[in-house]
Amino acid sequence: MTNVINSLYNMRLLDDLARKETSIHKLHPLVKLITTVVYLSVVVSFGRYEIGSLLPFVFYPMLIIVLAELPATPILKRILLVEPLIIGIGILNPLFDQHTVLFFGMVISRGWVTFLSIFIKCGLTVAASILLIATTGMERLAIALRMIKIPKIFVLQLLLTYRYITVLIEEIYGMTRAYSLRSPGQKGIHIRVWGSFAGQLILRTFDRAQWVYQSMSLRGFTGEYNTGDVPKVKFKDIVYLVAWSLFFIIARIFNIPMLIGLLVTGVIK
Amino acid sequence: MHMADALISPVVGGIMLAATVGVASYSIKKIQNDMDEKKIPLMGVMGAFIFAAQMINFSIPGTGSSGHLGGGMILAILLGPYAGFLTMASILLIQALFFGDGGLLAYGCNVFNLGFYTCFIAYPLIYKWVTRKGVTSKRIFGASMSSAVIGLQMGAISVVLETVLSGKTELPFGTFVLMMQPIHLAIGLVEGFVTATIVTFIWRSRPEIIEKAATLEPLGNISIKRVLTSILIAVVVIGGALSWFASSNPDGLEWSLEKTSGNAKIKTPDGIHKTLLLIQNKTAFLPKYDFRPKVGENKEELAAQAKNSGPTINGGKSVSGIVGGILTLALTAFTGFSISVFKRKKRKVNA
Amino acid sequence: MSHHKLEVRNLHFSYPDGYVAVKNISFTIHHGESVGIIGANGAGKSTLLMLLMGVIFPDNGEVLVGDVIVTKKTLPMIRQRLGMVFQNPDDQLFMTTVYDDVAFGPRNYKLSEKDVEGRVAKALELVGIAHLKDRAPFKLSGGEKRSAAIATILAMQPDVLIMDEPTSALDPKSRRRVMSLLKSFEHTKIITSHDLDMMFETCKRIIVIKEGEVAADGTTAEILTNVELLERCGLELPLSFQNCPICGASKK
Repeated sequence: MTNVINSLYNMRLLDDLARKETSIHKLHPLVKLITTVVYLSVVVSFGRYEIGSLLPFVFYPMLIIVLAELPATPILKRILLVEPLIIGIGILNPLFDQHTVLFFGMVISRGWVTFLSIFIKCGLTVAASILLIATTGMERLAIALRMIKIPKIFVLQLLLTYRYITVLIEEIYGMTRAYSLRSPGQKGIHIRVWGSFAGQLILRTFDRAQWVYQSMSLRGFTGEYNTGDVPKVKFKDIVYLVAWSLFFIIARIFNIPMLIGLLVTGVIK
Repeated sequence: MHMADALISPVVGGIMLAATVGVASYSIKKIQNDMDEKKIPLMGVMGAFIFAAQMINFSIPGTGSSGHLGGGMILAILLGPYAGFLTMASILLIQALFFGDGGLLAYGCNVFNLGFYTCFIAYPLIYKWVTRKGVTSKRIFGASMSSAVIGLQMGAISVVLETVLSGKTELPFGTFVLMMQPIHLAIGLVEGFVTATIVTFIWRSRPEIIEKAATLEPLGNISIKRVLTSILIAVVVIGGALSWFASSNPDGLEWSLEKTSGNAKIKTPDGIHKTLLLIQNKTAFLPKYDFRPKVGENKEELAAQAKNSGPTINGGKSVSGIVGGILTLALTAFTGFSISVFKRKKRKVNA
Repeated sequence: MSHHKLEVRNLHFSYPDGYVAVKNISFTIHHGESVGIIGANGAGKSTLLMLLMGVIFPDNGEVLVGDVIVTKKTLPMIRQRLGMVFQNPDDQLFMTTVYDDVAFGPRNYKLSEKDVEGRVAKALELVGIAHLKDRAPFKLSGGEKRSAAIATILAMQPDVLIMDEPTSALDPKSRRRVMSLLKSFEHTKIITSHDLDMMFETCKRIIVIKEGEVAADGTTAEILTNVELLERCGLELPLSFQNCPICGASKK
């Protein structure tokens, strides 16, 4: 059950981080969303043999982490937690790709190149997603979603899901703890009890939904989600978006490390 | 089964996103029309439940890997297909944002893989068909098992197709399928069992919940023929679009063809490839291939070519490339470091 | 002023499984009264509250708010007048920040965002948690959650406040804070609780429910000192009265 609690702490941490007041946090959520999507699209558009030209893209997450004063370690930990799946799939690449390439005079399987490429891309993309939520938070992201015309019903339901995840996890934790206190020597929940355990939880969930619905309708809810005003997009938000997009596109078209390297080695020669 | 961004191409991601948005809009319209705004908090809380349940991993004996609940079937049975699909969508969005479990560009793929096949195919065609004459615990069990297994199999094949067509891994189609399907068969069995247990429990203690979900969705009125026709159309459209784009990804498809059919020599004509390269240079959205096509040639030619083409795979392997790479990273780190130092100093001044 | 009167006439309600929860209950509550409803568990208090709010509808009898009978049609109007705070604040705080939760009601009234802001600020000020407006609900303590839940209802500016066990599970300080809050409200108040000492301080009138019927209806002073009545209805004297050196009342 510990990974359940860990996930809860992770979500709470990101929720806390999202409430900071740095310059990045104050940017308009829609702009941050669009920038993230542009970033992801560009990173993902790289061919599978590209490694060097991906490197400048580390600049984006790094800058965000620093400017938004986010702790790098938990974020890196998150990325590393996702990598094993990628490694699992990617590690077979060297086996399957029988093409060879020259690497400093050695002939290695091209699969290693694709593997490394995927590894880097995974790190970059996961970082971008997490940084988005860590600098925006669920409410403001919901505002951004509404601005791109995602139906309010979906947004409301999304927020409710998010709100009750903590409640539900705590309930599960409480139930499993009570169970384990009465079943010494057992690891995990016995398969026979599984059904009623989960069933009880679901029934409690249904009851809770009833209560929440009552609260909502007693406060005037009739199916429409009435929200507050949306914040205006300011000039500096646009500048942010345009500047990053330009950077991404330039870094995509030109192999920046290569250029830098050529420059340096040319100068040295 | 959540797909990461690193494994898909923007084109595949975009298409699946469009498909998901289409299905979602349709679901929202449906809900708005025949609901009961009571469903909304229920969707929220059930979403939280499935989210929590997905965190519980169970190990699959014999394979050394682990799996977790998808939840699509439970959602469909307890909420109806439309609400179930939307709930799945919000669960996956939160997982993508907070855990990187499933990328944002791959979001469309994930919602489709985990939500569409379960809610709109397995549920109406299998579950409801098995329970059409009434609900008994035996029927619940059979229906849950079969729909969960089949729904998951479809989702798994979907993942394979999307990955292969994206061309980001070397994994050939056949091997990938052989890897994915058995694992998801096992997961499907567990999910079917869990679904059956939960649904039976609820049916015994609060049967009205299940009945309500079943009657609210009007698929019972639509003929199976119409459903199948629309699925067929969707498959043709999506498949057609995907294969058009896939043809500009010669590698992935060729590899899968090579591996599965043993047909070794599918060469890409130089002319087309040059044009494609030109297009790829101008747009950032087609996968980029910066080297000459070598696919399908035998090993000796390959080695020779490797020596000749030398270390010019996107320049990442030449000395300049490596120097440049290191410098880029160093520059990045340095910038980060100086900014944080600057910020700390500013804070001390202000404090 | 008749339009601030709450009247219950011959109310009768039974659950689908046949259990009769409320049998022939009648009483009238006038504007500004603070009434406590007490009874053993299962006596029918919560059912009664739900009937008042129109969450469920009676088999017989009626609930009148002002001169309007509570029916499905009149619900929206009734719910503008009555505000109910549940026992479990987690069921009532369903948005992701306190501000959004308190603003939920006013926003549903389609007020301008400026007005909404004003109402939210006032409500938060009244319950004393203005500093928590951007907090997430899962970060609040039990007492803070209670106050936030009360604020969500206050923002709708109801005439009548109905509260189900407002001081349960609160630590002494929070409990004291909620009690002074309740005493400061000028709304008509209907409170159910097991905390008889709190009832004594906040309510002027007590209605005792036993097995779905009104067992007694009188002033706090009369009822909460009536040992025999309380024991008959499955209750006890308030703790602060027990072992009284003057009248010798003690718990058996």
